[in-house]
Amino acid sequence: MKNSFANAEGKSILLKMVKAIQDNKAYLGDIDGLIGDGDHGMNMNKGFTVFEERFADQDFGFTEGLDDLGMILLNEIGGSMGPIYGTILMGMAEQGEDLEEIGLEEFSGMLEHGLSELQTIIEAQVGDKTLVDTLSPAVDSLKKALEQGETFDKALDDMKTAAEAGRDSTKDLVAKFGRSSRLGERSRGVLDAGATSCCLILCAMADGIKELL
Amino acid sequence: MQRILNNPDNIVDEMLEGFLKTHGDIVKKTSNPRVVAAKAAPVQGKVGVVTGGGSGHKPAFIGYVGKNLCDAAAVGEICSSPTAVAFLDAFKAADGGAGVACLYGNYSGDNMNVKMAVKMAKKEGLTVKTVIANDDVASAPKDQREKRRGVAGEILMWKCGGAKAAKGGSLDEVIAAAQKAIDNTRSVGIGLTPCTLPAVGHPNFEIKDGTMEVGIGHHGEPGIEVCPLETAAQMAKRMTDIVLPDYPFESGDEVVVLVSGLGATPVMELYVLYNEVEKILTEKGIKIHKPLVGNYFTSLDMMGATLTIMKLDDELKELIDMPVYSMGLKEE
Repeated sequence: MKNSFANAEGKSILLKMVKAIQDNKAYLGDIDGLIGDGDHGMNMNKGFTVFEERFADQDFGFTEGLDDLGMILLNEIGGSMGPIYGTILMGMAEQGEDLEEIGLEEFSGMLEHGLSELQTIIEAQVGDKTLVDTLSPAVDSLKKALEQGETFDKALDDMKTAAEAGRDSTKDLVAKFGRSSRLGERSRGVLDAGATSCCLILCAMADGIKELL
Repeated sequence: MQRILNNPDNIVDEMLEGFLKTHGDIVKKTSNPRVVAAKAAPVQGKVGVVTGGGSGHKPAFIGYVGKNLCDAAAVGEICSSPTAVAFLDAFKAADGGAGVACLYGNYSGDNMNVKMAVKMAKKEGLTVKTVIANDDVASAPKDQREKRRGVAGEILMWKCGGAKAAKGGSLDEVIAAAQKAIDNTRSVGIGLTPCTLPAVGHPNFEIKDGTMEVGIGHHGEPGIEVCPLETAAQMAKRMTDIVLPDYPFESGDEVVVLVSGLGATPVMELYVLYNEVEKILTEKGIKIHKPLVGNYFTSLDMMGATLTIMKLDDELKELIDMPVYSMGLKEE
């Protein structure tokens, strides 16, 4: 098993991310409907599908694809998720755009940069019941795997576990940001839709990378 | 779902096409399909007034683009903020060289996209200042007013900001007038049925038959209380009990009263509600300078209504009385 993949061969990772969102459109809408307005699945699906329609027939690499997808979300979808995911994905692409090979160290740096770019536009911290509860532990887990000298493959499994635990942690939290924050205590007991979609995207990204290793 | 649709995913674009074909005397297309501009925009030397928000609130937001109101509006998906680029392009469509006032409602998506758009505009040498409407009393306690949502009171903010700009006010004067307008305005909504996003196909929350949700938001955000359905008189009492003490509106005040349907409530019922609100205000010695009753700011096919009250002073009265010509508001 390899410990890195070629950036230029990363198209399949993006298509896996698209499929994860498409397959979960209704599920994300239902979760969002419990404490939000129910449009999360629809808007995410629209953005990811626009990307698929526009680029599926073309050749592109991992960072190029992340940049194009981020740009579509930011410029064509809007809402809250457009700027949020647009910023994360374009931040990742910016960090990795010159790379030919992407290993654990590089991927970890990319995801960390995505998170830090996100934090320039939102104030949410871990514990506020947002997608930061998924993304932040995923970044931490990659950094930890890197320190411990894990293989890329094992680090990705750990990242998935961390993202899932982060997503599940939002169930017992009270929302402090976004539309659901107006509900206070009543937002407790429901998963955060953004934390859930973030987990889907990260897990699909990890699975897509694992297939290339 | 009994709706008039083609592909529900295209509803916003198809609605826009129809809107532009209908109201060609008021608005025009721009290079960005998600930006609608007033026919005369940009007016050289005038502060540009821009708004924007998700779709599904007709006539808001594009229905308030027109003469002496907004110069341009950015259009989002249903219940979803327009993109930063749409806001930026709306700023450009409205810019007559005197700066742009972006007057919008307090929602996290709109806040993020406007913030990014203002940054991008700055890079291009365009000055944009903002006022964020937060008139919905039920959405947060008074000591956290900055967290409250913007609802139908936004219309009165656009009216005052738009009038100030039309009178030749500077960017700071337009911003100050719009800020004063929203600071003097309080709203509350009551929902009787949920609304359905066309592409979702079923309601994503529930209001049981025989009950009503007090304090409901424009996207079905839960309110402060669910209680048995009341008579119009009781609803008026409940709504004024929430709105009046919050500002507070008192005897001797002159006000604008706006009763807006949420989309599916018959307009005749809005007059029944207004009739009761008028009785309460008159009894309290509050003088109604201008009543507005109709579907001014809706929430797809939700049943229910919002009550908005704005206290006037001499400046706001002059602004609120200025003639306007838009799809949503036509006053001579």
